[in-house]
Amino acid sequence: MWIYEKKLQYPAKVGKANLKMAKYLITQYGGPDGELSAALRYLNQRYSMPTNVTKGILTDIGTEELAHLEIIATLVYKLVKDASVAELKAAGLGSHYADHDRALFYVDAEGNPWTAAYIQAKGDPVADLIEDLAAEKKAEATYQWLIDLTDDPDLKDTLNYLRVREIVHFQRFGEALDLVQEHQAAKKIF
Amino acid sequence: MLREQLELLNNIQAVEFTALELNLYLDTHPTDQRAIMDYNASLQEWQRLREIYVQRYGPLLPTDIVEGASWKWIEEPWPWEIDY
Repeated sequence: MWIYEKKLQYPAKVGKANLKMAKYLITQYGGPDGELSAALRYLNQRYSMPTNVTKGILTDIGTEELAHLEIIATLVYKLVKDASVAELKAAGLGSHYADHDRALFYVDAEGNPWTAAYIQAKGDPVADLIEDLAAEKKAEATYQWLIDLTDDPDLKDTLNYLRVREIVHFQRFGEALDLVQEHQAAKKIF
Repeated sequence: MLREQLELLNNIQAVEFTALELNLYLDTHPTDQRAIMDYNASLQEWQRLREIYVQRYGPLLPTDIVEGASWKWIEEPWPWEIDY
């Protein structure tokens, strides 16, 4: 089960960020390499994992990704909440307004809806952990591209925090992969 | 939100971050005694700060015990409404 904690993991600051950033940031909400993909991928892969290390790390990183999903949601919410329809239209969010008003939705930067086709569970722990390593690298790159797209120091700070978390997750998944491979090799010997 | 409340919240976020980092590290290094000690110490500090916050400003978890005639859990601000 999960319990909601009524706080963000890290302060989500937008400063004077351009409204156009909302259109780009939403990809980390509902895009291929976004936080929803990450959380659902990891939490779903847990069930076919062979070791306690992998069950634990997927549970805990999957849960942390839900906290990151909330940070991204907060950034987008803050950027669009006071925008006029004309401003939304000028920022390329006219089609989003037509479908969702200022509500959040799980879409990528082009407006494509989130799909389970973004993620996989192969049942092979090595294949799944290598997918997770790639996912962390892609998410890290996305955060870097988003940082490149803004001049706002507050937004850069929040995005950089999220970028660095992906580096930590990559490290932990790499360690989990090594341990799974040792576990598999030990099973063959004995 | 008051500056004092925001500062306390930031301190809780910082301590909880330390605990989470150690949690993930311990998942893949479960026999590291020093990390277990650091993790337990960070949780003690987390509990201490949380108790102060909950008493002054209201629950962070639905299970936090708060005195009062009304249901504090749903009161503003929700996390996305705070000016950090």
